[in-house]
Amino acid sequence: MDLKAEVLEKIEARGVSRRDFIKYATVVTSVLGLAPSMVPKVAEAMAVKQRPTVIWLHFAECTGCSEAFIRTTYPWIDQIVLDVLNVAYHETIMAPSGHNAEKSLHDAMKKYDGKYILVCEGGIPTKNNGVYGKVGGKTMLSIAKEATKHALATICVGNCACFGGVQAAAPNPTKAMSVSKATGVKTVNIAGCPPNAVNMVATVVHFLLLGKLPALDDNGRPLFAYGYSIHEKCPRRSHYENSEFVKKFGDAGAIKGYCLAEMGCKGPNTYNNCPIVKFNDGTNWPIGAGAPCIGCSEPNFWDTQSPFYEPI
Amino acid sequence: MAKYTIDPITRIEGHLRIDVEIEGGKVTNAWSSAQLFRGLEIILQGRDPRDAPWITQRACGVCTEVHAMASIRALDDAARVKIPPLARIARNLVHGSQFVHDHMVHFYVLSALDWVDVVSALKADPKKTADLANALGDYPGSGVADFKAVKEKLATFVASGQLGPFANGYWGHKDYRLPPEANLMAVAHYLTLLRLQVKAARMMALFGGKNPHIQTYVTGGVTCVKDLLNVDRLAEFLYYLKEMQAFIDNVYIPDVLAVASFYKDWGARNIGGCTNFLAYGNFPQNSGRFKDEKMFLPGGVIMDRKLGAIKGVDPDLITEEVTRAWYKNGPALNPAKGVTQPLEDARFDYDGKYSWFKAPRYEGKPMEVGPLAQVLAAYAHGHKPTAALVTAVLKHLNVPANALFSTLGRTAARAIETKVIADEMATWVTEAIGLIKQGKIETAAEWSWPGESMGYGLIDVPRGALGHWIHQDKDNKIANYQLVVPSTWNLGPRDAKGQVGPVEEALIGTPIADPKAPLEIIRTVHSFDPCIACGVHVIDPDSNEVRKFKVC
Repeated sequence: MDLKAEVLEKIEARGVSRRDFIKYATVVTSVLGLAPSMVPKVAEAMAVKQRPTVIWLHFAECTGCSEAFIRTTYPWIDQIVLDVLNVAYHETIMAPSGHNAEKSLHDAMKKYDGKYILVCEGGIPTKNNGVYGKVGGKTMLSIAKEATKHALATICVGNCACFGGVQAAAPNPTKAMSVSKATGVKTVNIAGCPPNAVNMVATVVHFLLLGKLPALDDNGRPLFAYGYSIHEKCPRRSHYENSEFVKKFGDAGAIKGYCLAEMGCKGPNTYNNCPIVKFNDGTNWPIGAGAPCIGCSEPNFWDTQSPFYEPI
Repeated sequence: MAKYTIDPITRIEGHLRIDVEIEGGKVTNAWSSAQLFRGLEIILQGRDPRDAPWITQRACGVCTEVHAMASIRALDDAARVKIPPLARIARNLVHGSQFVHDHMVHFYVLSALDWVDVVSALKADPKKTADLANALGDYPGSGVADFKAVKEKLATFVASGQLGPFANGYWGHKDYRLPPEANLMAVAHYLTLLRLQVKAARMMALFGGKNPHIQTYVTGGVTCVKDLLNVDRLAEFLYYLKEMQAFIDNVYIPDVLAVASFYKDWGARNIGGCTNFLAYGNFPQNSGRFKDEKMFLPGGVIMDRKLGAIKGVDPDLITEEVTRAWYKNGPALNPAKGVTQPLEDARFDYDGKYSWFKAPRYEGKPMEVGPLAQVLAAYAHGHKPTAALVTAVLKHLNVPANALFSTLGRTAARAIETKVIADEMATWVTEAIGLIKQGKIETAAEWSWPGESMGYGLIDVPRGALGHWIHQDKDNKIANYQLVVPSTWNLGPRDAKGQVGPVEEALIGTPIADPKAPLEIIRTVHSFDPCIACGVHVIDPDSNEVRKFKVC
């Protein structure tokens, strides 16, 4: 693969090996569904001199999406933080607390006004003017409105930010809702509970590469990752076709890896690329571990896909 | 007397505010306030109990798995089902992986920057750094060229002018005591750990299905039978475990000791120490109800730091109260009979109510939970691997056992616990192989709901003692569900008697060099590894309904 000399210079100056760099550019290219000939373009996008600024805000959430994100290996998280992006605000990893932390947020919003990528993790509690969630004395609702207004683009990671999430499940005690609904701003929704790190990285790269967000489905989810159902691509699909089902956990069918439809699998209702990319670098995924899919990348899945162990 | 607010506290899970009063260079008073309420327990009501592990797991994605574990134990208890030995081992392996992952991430990612001055590392001599690292342990990537590369990478990063998450840190603070070489070594290990944690997560995903948020636990056992019966999977687990052990032995424990050696006065003066400790015990070695379980790590109750007087845990002696929390006042009650009447207005009042956390107490006393409590309980019970490591650490640092009651003691205990668990996990894999060889491959026991029933699941998790209580009704729906979680114990507010919560107690007396750079405060707060999202209690803002709950 030919990389421009200036791109190589840039990445080498950052202490990244050419081999590593090409590897992760290649993986991201394939997740995005782009032709292999696009790898140099992806690499170039990831080697921009002024690292694009990301402001990552936490609302009503469990930090599982941040945890998922730091499991990325294409590239590794240290490369993302030091080489690819300028993560100006992220409460889980940033050094300062209190006033200094707030200063980091204000500085970044001012310096990169209209240019930063806003990543939102968590739903927005809106009941009683958002009193159920505050950071630095301000409600999450007011913070979200302000931050989305000045962002170049807003990417929601995880079902809480995308659709309200677990706190929005009935009876939704805090009237939690998606960032988009709470602020009126259109967002890209990297759905999942949590989403796969590779889909988060690929979305950002797509943006850097083409200067625009990827094509989305009706729920704001990038089609490259959410364009087909779990059931469509499930490696256990042939057992479904042959009517070979797990009847109870741990039975002979479970040992043989039969279809989990009768155990409540929501694969047919669920759009995500889990069967292809799996989780933790392909180590495993719920259906692989014999567990029925709970439909975690679907809007309001806590209500619409439950009870999880009842067949569709 | 000046009051200072630190909000947000970063490098934790969730939204926490800490207020302190400072006088004469010391913290004289402290308030810990949870700033988020989500209401998971209300959401659980009326649902299929089998869904509870997945809903409650979303209480926290950092200490992921742990709520699924406590919840599935509560469900097993309510269903009166005994899980098969292979399922018990699988759960212990997943749970153990969580400890290894969580504790290492906590030390390097969430707390190291309180002790390590990243900017000072730029002044380090890579040769001296390599000498230091090699004197402490034998780990790949510890050559002069390696540290030189890290230093250059850091210099390039700083020169870029985009400091990202490292901007506005308290760099140059005079209580950063490590020499430049130790700082550079720690920065290098921080970067190493960022990659190693990915593998720790894979270890968990082998039998958990994925990380974060596993999906393998079901009432009566686990679903991952295919993985458990696959010898390649078991070998892969051991391979990852060996990688973790190499890091723990040669990097994590030596780094904790190296940092501690510069802060011995924090131990000697018990800075950040608490008085009472509670641990439920961990890693069941047999299948049965809580009171009959034999745990690999024994739990217990320690009052007034008297290790010799450790006693067993009686869940009936747990109470929660709300005098200083944003709920209507009521008496202190067992969580089994919890009453929750939230206020609609969450105004911070130093003399009144100031947190969404309730105040849990054991025999009316605030209790520290977490690695220090867990290690103290095991140590007090004479648990051999724990006792040997505690003794070795104290001897290495040349400090008395009393120094454990401190922020440093808490940090050291976390490292000790990581090693004790990692060293034991291989024997569980061997045990699993033995069962498989004997054909004992049952992974999920048959069960059915016994009609209306109650159950509870108590277990120690990386952040401390975690309890779930479930009441399922005659229609097999959740009638009530209650979580009493580690961060409520540690970060809860004052009570009716005015007794401060553990983190508040720990902060009082902390020396402060510069109130505008509250480094010493966040050190102690971080040492508890706060997780706020899971600590916030059930309230129902619509009905203000009185909730009653019984334990069978």
